[in-house]
Amino acid sequence: MKYGTEIVFSAILTLIALLGAAFAVDDAFRYHMLIAVVLLGGFTIALMRKEDFVPAGPVDDTRYMDGPIRYGVIATVFWGVVGFLAGVLVAAQLAFPDLNLEPWLNFGRLRPLHTSGVVFAFGGNILIASSFYVVQRTCRTRLFGGNLAWFVFWGYQLFIVMAATGYLLGITQSREYAEPEWYVDLWLTIVWVVYLFIFMGTVLRRKEPHIYVANWFYMSFIITIAMLHVLNNLAVPVSFVGSKSYSAFSGVQDAVTQWWYGHNAVAFFLTIPFLAMMYYFVPKQVNRPIYSYRLSIVHFWSIIFLYIWAGPHHLHYTAVPDWAQTLGMVFSIMLWMPSWGGMINGLMTLSGRWDLIRTDPIVRLMVAAIAFYGMATFEGPMLSIKSVNALSHYTDWTIAHVHAGALGWNGMITFAAVYFLTPKLWGRERLYSVRMVNWHFWLATLGIVLYASSMWVSGIMQGLMWREYDSQGFLVYSFVETVAAMHPYYVMRVTGGLFYLTGGFLMAWNVYQTIRGRVRDETPMGAPAPAAGAAVQPAE
Amino acid sequence: MSFLKRHSRLEKNATLLLIMSLLVVTVGGIVEIAPLFYLQNTVEKVKGMRPYTPLELAGRDIYIREGCYACHSQMIRPFRDEVERYGHYSLAAESMYDHSFQWGSKRTGPDLARVGQRYSNEWHVQHLIEPRAVVPESVMPSYAFLKDRPLDTKGIAAHLIANRRVGVPYTDEMIANAEADMKAQADPDADVSGLEARYPKARAANFDGNKQALTEMDAMVAYLQMLGTLVDFSTYDEAAGRR
Amino acid sequence: METYTAMRHMADSWGLLAMVLFFVGAVTFAFRPGSRALSDDAARIPFKDE
Ligand code: HEM
Ligand code: HEM
Repeated sequence: MKYGTEIVFSAILTLIALLGAAFAVDDAFRYHMLIAVVLLGGFTIALMRKEDFVPAGPVDDTRYMDGPIRYGVIATVFWGVVGFLAGVLVAAQLAFPDLNLEPWLNFGRLRPLHTSGVVFAFGGNILIASSFYVVQRTCRTRLFGGNLAWFVFWGYQLFIVMAATGYLLGITQSREYAEPEWYVDLWLTIVWVVYLFIFMGTVLRRKEPHIYVANWFYMSFIITIAMLHVLNNLAVPVSFVGSKSYSAFSGVQDAVTQWWYGHNAVAFFLTIPFLAMMYYFVPKQVNRPIYSYRLSIVHFWSIIFLYIWAGPHHLHYTAVPDWAQTLGMVFSIMLWMPSWGGMINGLMTLSGRWDLIRTDPIVRLMVAAIAFYGMATFEGPMLSIKSVNALSHYTDWTIAHVHAGALGWNGMITFAAVYFLTPKLWGRERLYSVRMVNWHFWLATLGIVLYASSMWVSGIMQGLMWREYDSQGFLVYSFVETVAAMHPYYVMRVTGGLFYLTGGFLMAWNVYQTIRGRVRDETPMGAPAPAAGAAVQPAE
Repeated sequence: MSFLKRHSRLEKNATLLLIMSLLVVTVGGIVEIAPLFYLQNTVEKVKGMRPYTPLELAGRDIYIREGCYACHSQMIRPFRDEVERYGHYSLAAESMYDHSFQWGSKRTGPDLARVGQRYSNEWHVQHLIEPRAVVPESVMPSYAFLKDRPLDTKGIAAHLIANRRVGVPYTDEMIANAEADMKAQADPDADVSGLEARYPKARAANFDGNKQALTEMDAMVAYLQMLGTLVDFSTYDEAAGRR
Repeated sequence: METYTAMRHMADSWGLLAMVLFFVGAVTFAFRPGSRALSDDAARIPFKDE
């Protein structure tokens, strides 16, 4: 049999899930385990029928192992669309509360579905896929560990589906960005350790003496996330066949641990490995080495050292001791320096090739991503200043900051990587349509502008309304008056989200057609416009 | 310049690079988090804090399950407007039995740290069934299904035991009586002397107004009604508690 | 209060110095004489392949 060990392993997992369902102490756990049985059982059967998961393509797979990367790119696009859709839905629920469908589709259950969907499913898949791609090319060696890379891919998808269905069933630890319960956390730990093993193994057997800096960032991402994930999820389950657990820590200690994790999920998930992508894909796309390799080394050490301290800026003026808050604030402000160092390094790589911004929409996506990175890392240190945070905390200002970073930086650099990888991985000469990439760029930009500006206005407005006093010294607004005042901005955000989502659909179509080997008949970007009277081009 | 040469070794030795980067990222965590576990003044000494009653704990679990923390904070900051709007600023001690803490990071709805006893039980039930019936501009989802879902009483002792494992001082007596205490708190006709002895200031009532059944609505309202009511501020020394 | 004061003193004296040295060290590492050739070479790794 082709996949002997894999089938046995998968069958054992199916059995464990089945036992979990049979002996479950709560209904949520029973349903959750039944979902796992269906997923794992289906997977086992698919393996037994010797389903060939590697698409036969014209690409030579003997040198590099690209199968899991191809699947990873498809998964990125798929989860991206799902995550944006969930984002639009939760945004719409805040504008029109009747869209809540209790109990499964209430805002409280859908919001973590959105955040995990975009951060861990969309972001996580491109990180795993791109790290596998980059490490092989920069070490000039094949992925270490053979089929284990497939285990990481499918194991990670199982984690995503279990996390997402869990939220809808009401299974959550209530820790932001660490909502999945103990058994899903354990599963992710296994997958993650295997991921680390493959990555390190590949680096260790490289044919290139020097380890390219992108791999430093990936390495630091994998090991730090492992540490954060394990420590923040320490908990005691009520039962080994139940969904509920209680955190090992409480109150202040719990809060500091969680935001040490939460902030570094932003740092070591949404920033460090995305910088790794920048350090590989930007030079490749503009075809010049990174502006200053030595700056990138300084960038690496200073950013990983500073980031880990910044967590307490999420807890300003709370019951956390003042010294911790001050420390968090000081380090956050210092972070501005390496962040902008990295931004400059990325942007200056284009020096001498700035014309590409006009002619290559992929470069345009990259430049916009780096610019948004610069914006988010300027705004972040500002929000860390205690007096600014007094106003911004608890309001939509935070949400504006999040999405300037997430939609602008993470989203756009991911889109660029997907457009870079797709033709390469499927052996196509070029994308189905480069002009469509340009459309995607504009839709995404418009979406971000609408989203961020509406949330800035609504956040600052709400913060000011909360603290407004009249001449007699009474509070002017009741809480619900501030809620009502935000309605128009919430509608505007939905519009922005719809633009962004439409861009996601365009990308899906473009990638799908490229994989099928289609090429759209279009004038190249930046080419002189066809002479007057020439045949009209197909609509773009 | 031999130590400069060492960095180039680092650039070529993957394991060393991995270990170094791990060391660099642990520094911050150790300095910031570790002291909180042994510093004397992290959590003030106050009178009145006690573990949740079984019914309140079940309500809290439902609060978490429904993701209420996504919109409601439970952390009042020491600003004039917040103190006037919500009450005394939150103390560290007030979340000492919260595994996990529920401070939240976004106020789509108002802070709930001291919502207990601000509204009647009937108001809460109405509000959870149809928020816009009592607050027309509210954007809160409706939770009408809570009143139809029977509360799981059998499993509650196991939850107390798990809490004890992580440090909440539930006694053997509390665990043995968990199920009975849970039922008694939601029944105005029951004998609640045992409950009140074990959990001072516990309030018993037919929270959901439905005499026939013990529902998740009972638990949720019981939890909301005790939030922020435990600490006795008449004995709280402001200056000593300053962080 | 004791620990707090001690940590504060640490943070704005030796702690600060140690961190500054760390940073200067990291920068020196990177910009040490003779590193240009090495790093120019390293920067070209992505182009050695595909
Ligand atoms: C179509 C695009 C999107 C829309 C319409 C959207 C909408 C939303 C909404 C309505 C919320 C809840 C805000 C609140 O509670 O007040 C939210 C939260 C969040 N979203 Fe998005 N989102 C989108 C894309 C993304 C992307 C691409 C990412 C990340 C890569 C992202 C990351 C987050 C995060 C991390 C939060 C939680 C913020 C916090 O807790 O402070 N979103 N989003
Ligand atoms: C120098 C860099 C940065 C600093 C110092 C920083 C600082 C901050 C601060 C002060 C907050 C508000 C905390 C609060 O009041 O609750 C925040 C929230 C957040 N930031 Fe940043 N930020 C930085 C960069 C970024 C980037 C690049 C992203 C990428 C997506 C990002 C994502 C987030 C998210 C997701 C939150 C919301 C957390 C939550 O409450 O759920 N940040 N950041």
